Amino acid sequence: MSYEIALKCRECGRKFELLAIYSCEFCFGPLEVDYDYDQIKAKISKESIANGPSSLWRYEDLLPCDTSFKVDIGAGFTPLIKSQSLAKHLGLKNLWIKNDTVNPTWSFKDRVVSIAIARARQFGYQDLACASTGNLANSVSAHAAKAGMRALVFMPDDLESGKVIGSLVYNPILTMVDGNYDDVNRLCTELAASNNWAFVNINMRPYYAEGSRTLAFEVAEQLGWRAPDHCVVPMASGSLFTKIWKGFKELQHIGLINNLDTRMSGAQATGCSPISKAFQEGTKNFVPQKPNTIARSLAIGNPADGYYALKVMEETDGSAEMASDAEIVQGIKLLAETEGIFAETAGGVSVACLKKLVESGVISTDEETVLFITGAGLKTVEAVVDNMKPAIMISPKTEEFMDQFNKLK
Amino acid sequence: MSSKKVRFTFSTASVTEPLVYQLGHEFKVVTNIRMADVDEKIGWVILELIGNEAEIIKSLEWVSSKGVRIDPLEGDVIAG
Repeated sequence: MSYEIALKCRECGRKFELLAIYSCEFCFGPLEVDYDYDQIKAKISKESIANGPSSLWRYEDLLPCDTSFKVDIGAGFTPLIKSQSLAKHLGLKNLWIKNDTVNPTWSFKDRVVSIAIARARQFGYQDLACASTGNLANSVSAHAAKAGMRALVFMPDDLESGKVIGSLVYNPILTMVDGNYDDVNRLCTELAASNNWAFVNINMRPYYAEGSRTLAFEVAEQLGWRAPDHCVVPMASGSLFTKIWKGFKELQHIGLINNLDTRMSGAQATGCSPISKAFQEGTKNFVPQKPNTIARSLAIGNPADGYYALKVMEETDGSAEMASDAEIVQGIKLLAETEGIFAETAGGVSVACLKKLVESGVISTDEETVLFITGAGLKTVEAVVDNMKPAIMISPKTEEFMDQFNKLK
Repeated sequence: MSSKKVRFTFSTASVTEPLVYQLGHEFKVVTNIRMADVDEKIGWVILELIGNEAEIIKSLEWVSSKGVRIDPLEGDVIAG
């Protein structure tokens, strides 16, 4: 059962009916779902959650949709892995990896789209749309296919082939736009205003964004119903970052966790780092950037939740870092070679920024830290293909192999 | 009559200029500021522009030529 009661402006606090709207008509501030936490507290328990499905739907009482409209392709409840080798390499005593690469379309976007499509169906929409640099497009296409809805997906025309094919296989109406990210933004804002579509990151955004809270719910549950000392989270719009924090606060509010002293630190690519740069300059007024990074899933130059992410850093005594393209590739390789997890570029950003946060002393060796890895590496093989050790090439002869093999020693 | 909700971001070079005031005088466009945060280095203003659509477009081209970044109210709608 859903316990959402209203949409609430994050700036002026005015409340609005639960409709397909996203900004306050008075101050133009963004809207967020508000819940009846007393009712949730009376209904929910650790046992009721444990008896739920092994997916994000185990937290259905905390989600903003009627679950009879859900489209379940198995998103969420991904592994929280205790790191041994990477922790040792970085000098951390207590590091966990939240491995969201194993979602159905191999990124955390399945969490947000699960909620957006349920809510879109509840509103009666026939069409599900998005503007995406890849991961969201994959997830919207897959969920729409499962639901029998029409998917309208808009992408810049310079994306990795894995992300294009990873959408096309589900047979959406995929439009590749010849233009920069600003052009795609402007086009999609106009299309969203003039078509009766559920645009997941526009008119569904207040509901869609809530799906990211399930990462906090899962981490807390997997740690035995407690919050970690520190979270390191990749930032694009900043929504994921703020919603993970919201999720932890909600768990404390309804009594599922006791203490909450978690510090929230964000990770961006240097080539698109408006939030991290603003943090390091001590301001919440970020300057929009033109993205230029291999981490295209984080290439959001004008982040809608950037201001709120900076507020969370301030509230939690967190921090922000950024990683160059070369550091991102090294981060991908380090995670793969130490933990056996092949992450996409955003994961390389997270690893590289965690390394910097440890080296600079922002994260101490004793802090129990959770590193969020949000997408799988096969989506962005182009990023690492020129940085691999070459394979041994031989004809099928034992002596030829042994000759090459012995040279490795 | 049309209306457009936009966010202006001012650089250090443009933040001290009275550009919203000048926009209202140079063009037949009503400027209705809803949120803003401006300091000596950077500033942003979220506002609604009301007027003839062609006049709004001309006014945005003018303010852009003054070094102001213009974005839709929604921020970047493109996501990862």
